[in-house]
Amino acid sequence: MKIHEFQAKELFRNAGIPVPSGKLATNSTQTADGAKGLPGPPWVVKAQIHAGGRGKGGGVRVVNSIEEVRSATDEILSNPLITPQTGPSGQKVRQILIEEGLDIDREFYLGIVIDRKLASPVMIFSQAGGMEIEEISATHPELVLIEAIDIANGFMPYQARNLFYALKPMPDKGMLKELSVIMTRLYELFISKDCSLIEINPLVLTKAGSFIALDAKINFDDNALFRQKEIAKLHDPFEMDELEAEASRYNLNYIRLDGNIGAMVNGAGLAMATLDVIKLAGAEPANFLDVGGGASEEMVTNGLKIILRDDRVKAILINIFGGIMRCDVLARGVVKAAKEIEIKVPLIVRLEGTNVEEGREILKHSNLDFLVVKDIEEAASMVTKQVS
Amino acid sequence: MGILVDENTKVVVQGITGREGTFHTKQMLAYGTNIVAGVTPGKGGEAVEGIPVLNRVRDAVDMYSANASCIFVPPPFASDAILEAADAGIGVIVCITEGIPTLDMIKTVKFVKKCGAVLIGPNTPGIISPGKTKVGIMPAYVHRQGDIGVISRSGTLTYEVVAQLTRAGFGQSTCIGLGGDPIVGTSFIDHLRWFQEDRETKGVVLIGEIGGSAEEEAAEYIEEELTKPVIAFIAGQTAPPGRRMGHAGAIISGGKGKAEDKIRALKDHGITVVLNLGQLGKATLRAFEHNEHIPKID
Repeated sequence: MKIHEFQAKELFRNAGIPVPSGKLATNSTQTADGAKGLPGPPWVVKAQIHAGGRGKGGGVRVVNSIEEVRSATDEILSNPLITPQTGPSGQKVRQILIEEGLDIDREFYLGIVIDRKLASPVMIFSQAGGMEIEEISATHPELVLIEAIDIANGFMPYQARNLFYALKPMPDKGMLKELSVIMTRLYELFISKDCSLIEINPLVLTKAGSFIALDAKINFDDNALFRQKEIAKLHDPFEMDELEAEASRYNLNYIRLDGNIGAMVNGAGLAMATLDVIKLAGAEPANFLDVGGGASEEMVTNGLKIILRDDRVKAILINIFGGIMRCDVLARGVVKAAKEIEIKVPLIVRLEGTNVEEGREILKHSNLDFLVVKDIEEAASMVTKQVS
Repeated sequence: MGILVDENTKVVVQGITGREGTFHTKQMLAYGTNIVAGVTPGKGGEAVEGIPVLNRVRDAVDMYSANASCIFVPPPFASDAILEAADAGIGVIVCITEGIPTLDMIKTVKFVKKCGAVLIGPNTPGIISPGKTKVGIMPAYVHRQGDIGVISRSGTLTYEVVAQLTRAGFGQSTCIGLGGDPIVGTSFIDHLRWFQEDRETKGVVLIGEIGGSAEEEAAEYIEEELTKPVIAFIAGQTAPPGRRMGHAGAIISGGKGKAEDKIRALKDHGITVVLNLGQLGKATLRAFEHNEHIPKID
């Protein structure tokens, strides 16, 4: 789960990690009022959307007068913000963070992620802050410093020293303590809130001599939200596509794509491979929908309804290989959906696995018009036929 | 032969009294799996499908010599169940549960390794040595006993691949799902090593997906260490970057974990890569049919 910058900064503030003073607003009157109560000018007007690359899309503006605060706010709110990560249609901005501008001496990157290969959290630190970490890794790998953290011991002071003393030029030695505290608190936040990623980019060293988190990005482990009730409340449904938001309410894993072949599959791997097959057959998938390992009849019904609400969909491919999920459950769900909502597009069904015979029987006796295919190859050629 | 599990494996099912636990206990018994006991804390003394239910995994080891476990415990308690199995001396732990917090798994995997146990999963369909035993939830009927080892990061995709292998005339020595989570107990490389050592296994099919770098690492290992032929498939060739495709692990982020990079790495290391899932069986046939070490089944 992703959250907004202002929410992440609130968590930082509570954890004792320094952030610029700022106010959240939803219109230019509020940002102007907010600015008056903050140190400045300069101020920074920041669009609050989840997608990265906001600066490149014009969603982060440094301004020097209250009038500019107003106009920058109005401009940002008037059109969807298009960044390298939003896709071409952009993301509507609903909230603005207005912050004090800082006098910056140096910019750093500081982050924590889970390294799969090491099966441990790693602290990443770089003096090339402000650039994307992927870009630094590609162009200046020697500037990316990594400390693997043993989860039993936590982040240790020697690790902060390892990172600090590798900086060139080294900041004033007195800064080590401040940096070490920020790193330790950041790690404690990562663990206590079940984060999957924290990024401060940039972490700035001000001319006045303090480290401050100028930006803040936190992602959380969805699997841990059951024990992070306060974090779960930070979820912003407006950041999701309407159909994706609805799907998530039914515990369905739905991602909207650009094509016209709807797809419903059980299991993420098979779902991905099925989309690949659709594409190789010369068509474009309209969505990714994994109904999951143990989907119920109701989930299947809701999944099919969501696909059908997407009016770009010209045909639907259902590909189910039953394991923990049983084909009869799938079949009943499909039949139920077909009774509740008119299906005007061809429905290609491929069933295999646990209770496959019962599943096929249910479809056969439903009096509904399914194109039942026996394998992926046949499914692919049927898809091609539907789009040509 | 085959790897990790065979007809001598004695299985304890943790969470046997739950809906999925009971259903798949029935399925495993029908396949011939030697399930010696079940464990559900507080329900000791009951029975499921004639299998005695115990309160502790330790009792399953002491009383019934269980040496493998199959876990169907809900996510908040699954980590505890894995640790209990490892501590009790279970050698092969298969955790079917999907949705365990990542930080729990980091601690758990570490402890399991310290105990010397092998953890398959979590979020896995399990492991099957066809004709001998199945410890997991895969539909058994698509499998046939044979010579091909199958390793995958996926569940249902593996069933699909196995079904195609069987149809093409190739049985399987052992099929393993590593699990779809970011942190799992074993890697492609672990199983490649075991398959290389296993006399029954004559070739390997590796099924990867976008995200992480496990396939790239496997590619390197295969070129250096494997004398047996390997065929690979990567799911997610058309996946958009930045979106998590179902599996917590399946995400292209920061330009890393792309299918095309994995496919290139595999090809560069001399491994046959099948691009179209629909063609996998046929491609395997082409690659293996003239291999004298890999006889076809009927």
